[in-house]
Amino acid sequence: MKPTIVKREPVVDDALDQCEARLTEEEIEKVINEVIDKETGGRLWTYINTCIHCGLCAEACHWYLSNDRDVSFAPVTKIKDTLWVMLEKKGKVDAAFIKRCSQIAHTECNCCRRCGMYCPFGIDIAYMILVVRRICAKLGMVPLYLQDTVHSHAATMNQMWVKPDEWIDTLQWQEEEAQGYVPSARLPLEKEGAEIMYSVIGPEPKFLAQLLGNITVIMKVAGLDWTMPATAGWDNSNMAMYSGDFEIMARVERLHHETAQRLKVKKIVMGECGHAFRGAEYDGPTWMGWMKPPIPVVHAIAFYYDLIKSGRIKIAKKVEGPITSQYPCNVIRNAGLGSKLRYIMSAVCEDFVDLIPNDRHAFCCNAGGGTINCGPPWKKIRVQSAKLQSENFKRTGAHTIVTPCHNCHSGIEDIVAGYKLGMHVKFFSELLIEAMEIPEHLKPKEE
Amino acid sequence: MYEFVSGPLVWIAFIVFIGGSLYRIYNMLSISKKEKVVFPHMSLKHSVASLIHWVIPFNNQYMRKRPIFTIISFAFHICLVVAPIFLLAHVMLWDEAWNMSWWTIPEAVTDWMTIIVIIGCIFFLYRRLTDPVVKNVTDGSDYLLLAITALPFITGFIAYHQLFAYKTILILHILAGEIMLITIPFTRLSHMLFFVFTRSYFGSEQGHVKNSKDW
Repeated sequence: MKPTIVKREPVVDDALDQCEARLTEEEIEKVINEVIDKETGGRLWTYINTCIHCGLCAEACHWYLSNDRDVSFAPVTKIKDTLWVMLEKKGKVDAAFIKRCSQIAHTECNCCRRCGMYCPFGIDIAYMILVVRRICAKLGMVPLYLQDTVHSHAATMNQMWVKPDEWIDTLQWQEEEAQGYVPSARLPLEKEGAEIMYSVIGPEPKFLAQLLGNITVIMKVAGLDWTMPATAGWDNSNMAMYSGDFEIMARVERLHHETAQRLKVKKIVMGECGHAFRGAEYDGPTWMGWMKPPIPVVHAIAFYYDLIKSGRIKIAKKVEGPITSQYPCNVIRNAGLGSKLRYIMSAVCEDFVDLIPNDRHAFCCNAGGGTINCGPPWKKIRVQSAKLQSENFKRTGAHTIVTPCHNCHSGIEDIVAGYKLGMHVKFFSELLIEAMEIPEHLKPKEE
Repeated sequence: MYEFVSGPLVWIAFIVFIGGSLYRIYNMLSISKKEKVVFPHMSLKHSVASLIHWVIPFNNQYMRKRPIFTIISFAFHICLVVAPIFLLAHVMLWDEAWNMSWWTIPEAVTDWMTIIVIIGCIFFLYRRLTDPVVKNVTDGSDYLLLAITALPFITGFIAYHQLFAYKTILILHILAGEIMLITIPFTRLSHMLFFVFTRSYFGSEQGHVKNSKDW
């Protein structure tokens, strides 16, 4: 088979370059065969032996479609250029090849699973990309910025090097902010036996702290019994899941669930983040052999759906003007929350303009799957390869794009800036705070 | 020669095809057991739902987006499986050898079905040669598999119409059919066997585990 013609602008990523210089071929061969023999089984074997090389997956991929149908971005090509070669050569490949594998698997695929849904055989290509990432991670071939977040998880059990005192400080600060709207609002720390443990991703206390204030107001208005942990275990994000370092992924997920168990809550409600839900609900529990999370995990979309549908939160004034919403892969295509998202969007927006394609067929924001965490070196190609979704946004004519996912939020901010869309990017909770009714008795008393 | 290809080789072909298929499926299931997620994720309901959406033409969004491919691909696969099983001449052979017979399709129809299979092969060959994505992932083995699939039908068509060298073509036809049967379990033609399993697994994972759908 002829090698794929790959045209890319050179990218300097110190971690990849240094790893390339360090790796030996013996080490590479050993790790590849170890992962293939011990960590994969029926799925990989059947997928490789069933794929008839029809190329139908290409039409599903936003990387391929956004880059003028450059074949080197097609899902099947990504497997050809990684696993097919590894299997054919039985692991006898060089360091430059592994570097290219990391580039393909970490920086040019979001594991959004759209191609799996478009394969006539249902071959899960994203799963195979994760196998490639696993091999790369075991060899230390992970983009610098992504690896930094993994180090942060390992050292602090949160993604953003947030220190324990900073965490508590931030929560108390946001509790005070919330009390500006609803004086009786509380952000209860370490309340054992509460019904809900609310968990967020590292970036919330780091640079999106107002979201913590928002949820404090929402919880008070809805009258819910909730708590947040004062210890590590509050962060539900998991970049190790995406780098391929599944040992650290498991440590993070275990601590998150054990913290909920320590607090004896009935369920974990998580902020608006897609990959965090995936890690807590699926990847973490399956890797650890639990299969299902010990305490049910509820994503923000389902949580807000219940609050609005049950009338616990009433909408006072819908937000004006055309507003659209991204459909985050990990909670829509891969968790089935599409119709609930449309319900809550219609409930708070005067004019909700749906994306085309929508729901589980919607395209990825191109930031998910850890690609945005690969950092500035890889930003240009990431934004360039989101061209298709930028056009989809533009067509809606909306003034705001709602993103019930942190990865989407950051990714779409880059899209809006890169393609000069002139749109706002907001979380759903920011709209809800604007639109919801705050009952008279909860409002601040005028002096 | 005719006696050999229509006698012992038929036995060998069927034994290898059936035995090989069973072995490959057994092998797939046993290595799937090694992976702790596969069986716990399976669900009959979602497997069936997924199969229904992918074995009925135009029953999912992707097929509706690609009408030409869908029509050709379905016509090709249906004719490929149905024509040889219900061909009058084949059923007669079973009748002579084993005194077994079943319903047959009129010869004029099977003749057209054969042509459809050949057209399908030409279409797939054309895609392999021209579509950049497919071309990039095509090597000798893909052309070989296409040839293995096309040959029984091309030779069958020539033999039925007795266009030339009937006896030789007939031997070639039987041989080509036997080669196809033997290669199914051991090449990527095994998607015939594994399709149901990959589809069921993905359908189950999407439906049962992830509360979503895969069509």
